[in-house]
Amino acid sequence: MTSAPSPLAILIFLAFVGLTLGISFYLGRQAKSSAGYFAAHGQIPWFVNGVAFAGDYLSAASFLGICGMIAFYGYDGFLYSIGYLAGWIVALFVVAEPMKRLGKFTFADALNSRFSSRGIKLSAGVSTLAVSIFYLIPQMVGAGALVQPLLGLPHWAGVLMVGAVVILIVVTAGMVSTTWVQFLKGGLLVAFSGVLTAMILNRGLSTAPTAAATQLRQWGPFARADLEAELTAAPELAGGQIVPADDAWKSAPFLRTREANGKRSVWSVAPWDDRQVVLLEAQWQAVDAQGKLQEVNGQPVADGQPPPQLLPVGRVRRLPDGVERTGPLGPLAFLSTLQRSEIILWGTRKIVDSQGNATTVYFQKPTPGSQVLRPGEHPTFHGIRSSKLLDKLNFISLMLALFCGTASLPHILIRYYTVKDEAAARKSTIVGIGCIGMFYVLTLYMGLGAMTSGSMDVRDSNMAAPLLARGLSELLFAVISAIAFTTVLGTVSGLILASAGAVTHDLLESVSSVRLTDSERVRVAKIASCFIGAISILLGIWFKELNVSYLVGWAFSVAASANLPALVMLLFWKRTTRYGIIAAVVVGMLSSLAWILLSADTFEKVYGLPGEAAWAPFSQPGIVTIPLGFLTLVVASLATPPEPESAARRPSGRRAFAPTPSGPRRRGNSPPRRPTEPAVPKARPKAASAAGRTRWAASAGGRSPRAAAPQASPRCVPGHGAPCGGRSPAAQASSACFSGWYLNDSLTLAR
Amino acid sequence: MTSTASSRRARLGLRLFAAYTLLYAGFVGANAFFPDRMEAAPLAGVNWAVLSGLGLIVTAFALALAYGWMCRDDRGGPRPGERP
Repeated sequence: MTSAPSPLAILIFLAFVGLTLGISFYLGRQAKSSAGYFAAHGQIPWFVNGVAFAGDYLSAASFLGICGMIAFYGYDGFLYSIGYLAGWIVALFVVAEPMKRLGKFTFADALNSRFSSRGIKLSAGVSTLAVSIFYLIPQMVGAGALVQPLLGLPHWAGVLMVGAVVILIVVTAGMVSTTWVQFLKGGLLVAFSGVLTAMILNRGLSTAPTAAATQLRQWGPFARADLEAELTAAPELAGGQIVPADDAWKSAPFLRTREANGKRSVWSVAPWDDRQVVLLEAQWQAVDAQGKLQEVNGQPVADGQPPPQLLPVGRVRRLPDGVERTGPLGPLAFLSTLQRSEIILWGTRKIVDSQGNATTVYFQKPTPGSQVLRPGEHPTFHGIRSSKLLDKLNFISLMLALFCGTASLPHILIRYYTVKDEAAARKSTIVGIGCIGMFYVLTLYMGLGAMTSGSMDVRDSNMAAPLLARGLSELLFAVISAIAFTTVLGTVSGLILASAGAVTHDLLESVSSVRLTDSERVRVAKIASCFIGAISILLGIWFKELNVSYLVGWAFSVAASANLPALVMLLFWKRTTRYGIIAAVVVGMLSSLAWILLSADTFEKVYGLPGEAAWAPFSQPGIVTIPLGFLTLVVASLATPPEPESAARRPSGRRAFAPTPSGPRRRGNSPPRRPTEPAVPKARPKAASAAGRTRWAASAGGRSPRAAAPQASPRCVPGHGAPCGGRSPAAQASSACFSGWYLNDSLTLAR
Repeated sequence: MTSTASSRRARLGLRLFAAYTLLYAGFVGANAFFPDRMEAAPLAGVNWAVLSGLGLIVTAFALALAYGWMCRDDRGGPRPGERP
């Protein structure tokens, strides 16, 4: 279903893209230094940063993917919303403030804050690249899907266009402009989603026939036991015949007919009552062995002519109490009414004959509303309704990855460096949770609204929300599509910036012997952005068939497995060593990637192989690979010597960004921090004093100043066996228990 | 900001995190192991699945606001009576 592009839509779309580019060019002047390019000098106001969090996070997966999944499968799509939002709790309560304190430009900075390890930089840099590229794929797929109805361009053109514009943005600007673009986009997305939801509720639910409902027929009822005989004798098929099921059609649950006028149709069988069934006309399209489209709904494709279109779908078949229209509904009344209605959902089945010709059948599935709003209808979540524990693990694993993944996404983590201090990091996260939570509540209504709108493209779940808007108003469609496109632009910009930072700051400078000046660093980052943008364009074209929210689930799994164990253990386990961190990142990343590549979903959707041949017992890796990351870190840390604190905390000669005299956290033009440290004991070594109050040189015989001053030694975390302050340095160094490192010494020392 | 303030915030954050994690685990467990019970509609004709999902989103925001409110004074010095 692709309609002609509307001039209004094109105009609004171009205005949005032009505004985005204008902001980028204008603010790009502030990004000449690496501190400006990667971290906006740490001067973004917390409220702006909070809304920009929403802009970064509410990607194509959220707006296009979740709405599409809800529109096609109901409640299961909403599970993604809940998981995505829950992940922000980890970000706020565990990660936000330490990230601001420990890092500077990249995720690897934070991991490497206690060490000076090339290995950590390398592994964290590679992990950042892997997660970013996994996250980039669905954004590009979403862009391609958007451009088709908006501008009438093919999918690959949309991907190419986004790639080109984003590269232009990233190359001309940096974190300042990206932040302001995200702020505008995040605000507009939540506001217009609210408008769309208000219109859905005001419209209410209706059984009024849609285009598909009027053109797609229903025959019957017929006796279930004697279906073919009754159909042959039925007046509807007078002069026609049932096409015998041959080849691959023998195992397909469809009937094919050829009518008197020559029209060929495909029918699915739906129950009518205990003994009778009805035939519901399906939509279908056939391609030959070379993949060339031959026929759509029985109409042949003529050379040089635009192909026939599939009909838009999505409707309520029956409302409670037999009414035809509800009128305006409140938020809860909308849900309860839909729950008592009957909805036409759509299924898809591909049938390939022995010559390689493929017919894709899109068939109607009358479904009770109570079933639409319950878990376990989407293929990913079918295991919920199984009695086997292994089948349920796929769902649990996905929800775990969503919970843990948010706080591990590189483009989210680097946003903590764009505000001035920890309080701003905390406040901006709270603002982000407010905006994102509001949006995810709205996704439920937008998805269900699309499901009953009569405007969905049966082939593309990703377009449910924009096409819902088109069903309500052409202007709204134009604005929503333009915002969605800007959404993709903003998220892709953030991801490419995070990747460019990893390449320049973590991989090139820290791992190789290359030393760059500040301006060279920015230039290299821009060149890296071009390469990463080109890779994402190619992958976006390759993965065009997959639901974007499903693809993002992969990115979350890799991020949660590779990054979260190292980050959390660095904060909470004093015995963590550099080797433990490196091992956790590498094992978490490789195990999750390997699991995904060997899963049934990848076999079926990417390789085109039967899912039964897959090696992984279920598709989502998180429940195995996240604990594996933690376990690897513990084993590797215990198997390697404890970090000598004097080595772990001294300023590194290899640091690309040397600490300032008042400490490594000072940045940009911000003034040195006012010393708030309690009086340092007189026993403090001269060498440490000379180095100033940096955490690098703050140790005294293996103990921090705070630990050396018993009266100032804070308590350990609840659950810890004994206060650390009274233990010998050796005992502390070899302790394998949770020592409350993050809660105690590191907070002071990190300043 | 003192380490005492940071430490207090961190402990508070961990407690709130633990509370929400329990709620989330309960939600995932209920959906995974009792999917049929999630179809019951206890309030305004809306089923447990939807109500608990919306409730989790609202709870996350409420906890975030509570955390922000409880940390509102942690700007740069110890609270009265606290050792710096």
